[in-house]
Amino acid sequence: MEWFRIKRDIPFMRYALIFNVISLVTFLIAVGSLAFRGLNLGVDFTGGTVMEVAYAQAAELGKIRESMARLGFTDASVQNFGTSRDVLIRLPLKQGVSSAKLSEQVMQELRKDDARVEMRRVEFVGPQVGRELLENGALALLFVSLGIVAYLAFRFEWKFGVATIIANLHDTVIIVGCFSIFQWEFSLPVLAAVLAILGYSVNESVVVFDRVREVFRNRRMRSLTVPQIIDHAITATMSRTIITHGCTQLMVCSMLVFGGETLFYFALALTIGILFGIYSSVLVASPIVMWLGVSREDIARPEVQKKPGETGAVV
Amino acid sequence: MNRYSFWQYLLIAATLVLGLLYTVPNFFGEVPAVQVQPHRAALKADAALMGRVEDILRKGSLAPTGVVLDATSVKARFPDTDAQLKAKDLLQSQLGEDYVVALNLLSNSPRWLAAIGALPMYLGLDLRGGVHFLMQVDMKAAIAKKVEATLNDVRGNLREKRIQYTGIAREGQAIVVRFRDAAMREKGLQEISRTLPDLELKTAEDGSEFRIVATLKPEAQKKTQEFSLQQNITTLRNRINELGVAEPIIQQQGADRVVVQLPGVQDTAKAKDILGRTATLEVRMVDDDATNNPAVIQAALAGQVPFGDELYLERGGAPVLVRRQVVLTGDRINDAQPGFDNQTGEPAVHINLDGTGARIFHQVTRENVGKRMAILLFEKGKGEVVTAPVIRSEIPGGRVQISGRMTTQEAHDVALLLRAGALAAPMEIIEERTVGPSLGAENIRIGFHSTWYGFAAISVYMIVYYALFGVISIVALTANVLFLVALLSMLQATLTLPGMAGIALTIGMAIDANVLINERIREELRNGNTPQAAIHAGYDRAWGTILDSNLTTLIAGVFLFLLGSGPVKGFAVVLCLGILTSQFSAVMVSRAMVNLYYGSRRRLEKVSIGQVWRPQANRGAGA
Repeated sequence: MEWFRIKRDIPFMRYALIFNVISLVTFLIAVGSLAFRGLNLGVDFTGGTVMEVAYAQAAELGKIRESMARLGFTDASVQNFGTSRDVLIRLPLKQGVSSAKLSEQVMQELRKDDARVEMRRVEFVGPQVGRELLENGALALLFVSLGIVAYLAFRFEWKFGVATIIANLHDTVIIVGCFSIFQWEFSLPVLAAVLAILGYSVNESVVVFDRVREVFRNRRMRSLTVPQIIDHAITATMSRTIITHGCTQLMVCSMLVFGGETLFYFALALTIGILFGIYSSVLVASPIVMWLGVSREDIARPEVQKKPGETGAVV
Repeated sequence: MNRYSFWQYLLIAATLVLGLLYTVPNFFGEVPAVQVQPHRAALKADAALMGRVEDILRKGSLAPTGVVLDATSVKARFPDTDAQLKAKDLLQSQLGEDYVVALNLLSNSPRWLAAIGALPMYLGLDLRGGVHFLMQVDMKAAIAKKVEATLNDVRGNLREKRIQYTGIAREGQAIVVRFRDAAMREKGLQEISRTLPDLELKTAEDGSEFRIVATLKPEAQKKTQEFSLQQNITTLRNRINELGVAEPIIQQQGADRVVVQLPGVQDTAKAKDILGRTATLEVRMVDDDATNNPAVIQAALAGQVPFGDELYLERGGAPVLVRRQVVLTGDRINDAQPGFDNQTGEPAVHINLDGTGARIFHQVTRENVGKRMAILLFEKGKGEVVTAPVIRSEIPGGRVQISGRMTTQEAHDVALLLRAGALAAPMEIIEERTVGPSLGAENIRIGFHSTWYGFAAISVYMIVYYALFGVISIVALTANVLFLVALLSMLQATLTLPGMAGIALTIGMAIDANVLINERIREELRNGNTPQAAIHAGYDRAWGTILDSNLTTLIAGVFLFLLGSGPVKGFAVVLCLGILTSQFSAVMVSRAMVNLYYGSRRRLEKVSIGQVWRPQANRGAGA
């Protein structure tokens, strides 16, 4: 079986401008949504209490809301979680209410209506912890970005580093933007997924750039222009890119389907990241490298002089 | 060109065997067990204790499937949780309060595996159920308490030297002493700086008033904070021991926080109650005449306690009649350290009282030489005499030594108890995560299913698309999972649900290396290279690319680990390790298999890597 029967290099770079305009538009939509709608931050970042309780039969949300109101939580959010028997209760932070006692109070109140209610999970995050988690998340994003730029600059050339990180930060913004547009809950695992994707989708750029370098060093391909070389590199690695991402996506789909509510948004963030990762790290990073004016001399010269013909196997 | 030397095959085979050995314990599951651990460090978990446990169980006709002794505890396994619960109750009632009897789960893997250190991964709270607390120590209160104690010292010292002052008060974190004239203030300044080197002194004038403003030096503040945190951790540890939790984790986090993890604890209300409780320490005089009179003791034990006395038990169990009047409370103790008596060389506990405490103690000991003094610890409204030594001489200066009939270990314990009796500073729970046992079991199922189905889907796809090379890639991927799980087990890492997600994601990402290699081999074949050359070039070329792409993911993983908290850290650890193992398995292990199968053939016409399509207009590169 061979899916990718490509006769000649696809002239991606001819359409570079179109790709970048598409990217810019999606990017701006994401930024706009982040600016105006903001993120639906989870309890990890806002602080507050989340409780998951399970009933023997379908839960009566109205009654639970009444119980919460009796405790003074008129702004509590009560909703089904997964099945009709599982209920998720979110309580905002409240000044002066001891966090430690809160979950006990809630359980006591719920038991009055139905003694068989079972406590499945309690998460309480104080305000200072939430702020720290948010700060550390932002810091991690920054350091990962810098680390990748530094590595690529060292391994290739600064132009590749800059192009890659622009492409990947654009991915990150789009993932986070999607969470903002659809108001999905942005929790700690989602943040972890975003950072993992940042490291993962850089791979695409690395694979393409590796090829670009190889072609630059290949004496038989001297006649090619820079856009042609990039086109060739993208075409040559395309099947690998799609198959690899397909495999990773198979795994992520498995998490999406079998992972339950806990892993759902984590897997969702990964899915968006993988889809945009393919697109952006190939079709956004490459044009940027081109426009930054990458040339054969940037990376190829020393090796070619040292051992000519060594890479002759590639045509 | 595609051959490995014998030792290379051997090395790869050896790593695979090692990987398998350390992965296997995870599949044996766990059996219910009861763990018996001495409450005090003076009591050892030894063969005698093991014998006692076995004896008690035999008499209760509860047959354990095995009893083992390790460094700190005796563990007995049971066939079901019913027997486990009965055994726990029985052991607790028979062994008494000197031992912690806790429910635990033990790995069911054979003993020889445990002997070579092959243990299963530790399941995180989200998989086994339990409570996680993050507690913040109120450092402002700790400093304020220290300043308050120091203020008493200052007042005492000035009075002792008859240096007259018009007022002394705490203003925020500072002590302000007022004097009538500069000369007196100069005297005071000298006295304070001589006796209390921890204070930073400044002078100020306000009209006719001459003032000294004393604040704690930064290093003294830091010391106070560290001391408070350590004391709170010690106190928490002592209290948690009472809860009967099998493997509690109590750790410092940052400068002012404590993490408490109690696996398997469901009763969070009780846990919170115990963690937040305050214990108090008291020093009182022993009613020697009554205590030494057997008749009075008998009457007291029967309920007729002499007027003005209270009956308590000493640590060894001997009854002691103690005066109701409290001489000192634990608030007056600055520090307690184990050590040795300067003259006799006996083990002793050195206690350092604050200024007021020292003065009271001096006075009481002067008036009671030759009598016994009792140190009592109150918890949950129940008191116990920790020690009741004879006062040999008057004790000035607030440095108290308790010695006599103590082993080094006991001295250590008493010092610890004196320090750990109460929390040094108030603590607040700032994060709580409780997971019920049913959810834990469900999370294991979820994590396992998503990993397994994803893996199966990838396997089917790879084998259909790449034929034999697909099979080899999947074997390499399996080896990767094996190495990863083995490494996590060896490190005794804690497996959480995000960690399981990390394993799944690593599988999905690690296949990239094999896809890269296979695609490259196909490309080389397409370009008309011989199969052997194509295999060689495919592996050779792909190596650098794989390394590059792995390193970028590793960068993300490392920062995620450094800045992430709790579950995210677990995910990051798995991600980083998975990347490292995949570099080995995807390249070395799969290469070894390819070499073994194809390497020795001279005339290799065809490799089984699925269909390799050749474009009609050859050399598609556009060159």
